[in-house]
Amino acid sequence: MDPERKKVVERVAVSTFPDEVLERVLVQLKSHKDRSSVSLVCHSWYDAERFSRTHVFIANCYSVTPEIVSRRFPNIRSVSLKGKPRFSDFNLVPPNWGANIRSWLVMFAAKYPFLEELRLKRMTVTDESLEFLALSFPNFKALSLFSCDGFSTDGLAAIATHCKNLAELDIQENDLNDKSGSWLSCFPENFSSLEVLNFANLSNDVNFEALERLVSRCKSLKVLKVNRNITLEQLPRLLIRAPLLTELGTGSFLQEHPACQYSELENAFNKCMNLNTLSGLSEVTALSLPALYPACANLTFMNLSCAALQSGEFAKLLVHCPCLRRLWVLDTVEDKGLEAVGSNCPLLEELRVFPTDPFDEDTFHGVTESGFIAVSYGCRRLSYVLYFCRQMTNAAVATIVQNCPDFTHFRLCIMNPWQPDYQTNEPMDEAFCAVVKSCTKLQRLAVSGLLTDLTFEYIGKYAKNLETLSVAFAGSSDWGMQCVLGGCPKLRKLEIRDCPFGNAALLSGLDKYESMRSLWMSDCKVTMNGCRVLAKEMPRLNVEVIKVDGSNESQADKVYVYRSVAGPRRDAPPFVLTL
Amino acid sequence: MESKVAYDNELNLIKATELRLGLPGTDDREEQALFSARNNKRPLPDTSKECGSKKNSDARHVDNETAPPAKAQIVGWPPIRSYRKNNLQPKKSDQAEAAGIYLKVSMDGAPYLRKIDLGIYKGYPELLKALESMFKFTIGEYSEREGYKGSEYAPTYEDKDGDWMLVGDVPWDMFMSSCKRLRIMKGSEARGLGCGV
Repeated sequence: MDPERKKVVERVAVSTFPDEVLERVLVQLKSHKDRSSVSLVCHSWYDAERFSRTHVFIANCYSVTPEIVSRRFPNIRSVSLKGKPRFSDFNLVPPNWGANIRSWLVMFAAKYPFLEELRLKRMTVTDESLEFLALSFPNFKALSLFSCDGFSTDGLAAIATHCKNLAELDIQENDLNDKSGSWLSCFPENFSSLEVLNFANLSNDVNFEALERLVSRCKSLKVLKVNRNITLEQLPRLLIRAPLLTELGTGSFLQEHPACQYSELENAFNKCMNLNTLSGLSEVTALSLPALYPACANLTFMNLSCAALQSGEFAKLLVHCPCLRRLWVLDTVEDKGLEAVGSNCPLLEELRVFPTDPFDEDTFHGVTESGFIAVSYGCRRLSYVLYFCRQMTNAAVATIVQNCPDFTHFRLCIMNPWQPDYQTNEPMDEAFCAVVKSCTKLQRLAVSGLLTDLTFEYIGKYAKNLETLSVAFAGSSDWGMQCVLGGCPKLRKLEIRDCPFGNAALLSGLDKYESMRSLWMSDCKVTMNGCRVLAKEMPRLNVEVIKVDGSNESQADKVYVYRSVAGPRRDAPPFVLTL
Repeated sequence: MESKVAYDNELNLIKATELRLGLPGTDDREEQALFSARNNKRPLPDTSKECGSKKNSDARHVDNETAPPAKAQIVGWPPIRSYRKNNLQPKKSDQAEAAGIYLKVSMDGAPYLRKIDLGIYKGYPELLKALESMFKFTIGEYSEREGYKGSEYAPTYEDKDGDWMLVGDVPWDMFMSSCKRLRIMKGSEARGLGCGV
């Protein structure tokens, strides 16, 4: 075929491919990364993609405006939004910083009246907003609030009262004003659509009879996570009414009368054939734990981070959980408990060990490097770890990553800052060298212990898939941060606190920040002038400085840099300076 | 002369083999300077949480630092979410069975039971006072011989063996670990318990 004719044929082929067909195809595409790629192919694909998208994920609520989102995506039914920088979870961001959902809700009400799902993380949500939400979207089905603040249980009452089609209510780890448990009683007596209910972190009593009736009539209930006030005597009454449960979060697991309701409890757990996730178990004792065993056979995720188990009873429990893939525990299980994990959980992929006494430096309880090593020998598929401990050695970490080279998330928190290898007294540089060298798939890394610039040299040199890096009390000079910024091509989130990185380091990333989601630096050596230079050179970045009372004029106490097409924030509080 | 040299040598030898905190090569003065410089970073113990993170001082280089950290709390460290701090259980005591001290309290004649957390009381006087105010009555004076004198009521408890005992007879710790529920007895039943049999 001659070249001219070939060109015509090709052009015709693309333009006669109907958009509707393309849209039908693209509707199947769920991953937002894939969708991003699709939208870049050409204009007609961009259009087809945007019309077919029903779920939008906005990782930084200030990177874009509601108007821009609604203009591009007219058919959205489900929104996920993240607001504050992650370090706000640790009180490093002052209150009233922003990330208020209100302006988004107003846009949604106007442009997405058929909105069904809203999932928020680290946003400020008021009771008025919750009421507005409840009244504005007749099809509303799912609300998930994770680490949000600004609301009270009154807001939840509004949701329960007005959302007639609610299928999911997931209230986790929020800083809310927990006034009373009466919100649960606001679900109307004919309401029966709930499939997911999680109020595990709320502290007030709910009316148990109301809960019992609710569970009874919600025949599709699959996820039920109650708070600590629900007793062990009450639990079976809920379980028998929820035969389809796949995820259970119990209340208190404390037995007050050893004899009587144990059999009722055992019977109830015997019937829980479908459980894959278990959590709660607050106040659990060795006496009450065995009642669980029948329900553990198919468990893939067990969250014991609110249950102060000792190693013996924990080991006995693990024998019954051969299918575990994800396990969260408190360090009360100690190294012995972790040895049991290594012995009993060959399929384990994720382990999180939380500290019971994080602020007590004198404690000799908890886990050490031995526990971690034991797990690594038994659980070769380990890919996600979050480990809080008070002592670690370079050799231990080297062994661990040699056993488990598939880590994608490695978060090690040696709780005493600047702590060296306790056996050799050396910095922990070699530990993280081993991590980044062995774990080529590493996406997320959190470092701790005594670290020099060498650690960051290694990270820059080897961590080619790294996307998120968290650094605290580490490094020796600007060079460390420069290595990371210069060396990690996939870096998206960098959060740093209390490190000796200054303006030279900050400015070395000039060309990089637009390809990243955000940078956080607090209590480092960056100055206001350095931030001004950054802001001037890179107008499409928002460079925000949070000033702390009583600090030096020229110091940039907390710096938050992020890319945005929305321009500078219009709702910034007085302590946030946009440069 | 010779003896001085020998003495100096000996001193050096002693110094070289002396056990002390710090990497080889650092001497005491350097260590002190580093330690105090590093302390600039930390909030003072009694101003810990409120004053926020400290700003950096320039005179600080963590490379050869091994002195133990000051016992002050740094804001947001370790990185634990606040809901988790609030939800953490109190440290368990040695006996697994002693854990969890919510108990039912019944009072003869009262329409419903109450629940108390034994763990918040440090001893019998506190507990009895709390019961008095909860149920609006007075408990008499305790004596080992005669039980509670001067009132119609006697506080009793059911112990691990299922027996009903008078509150106050055993040491507080023993009571905490053996008490299963409380009952405030009234009238003749109460008096019966008080008379040492």
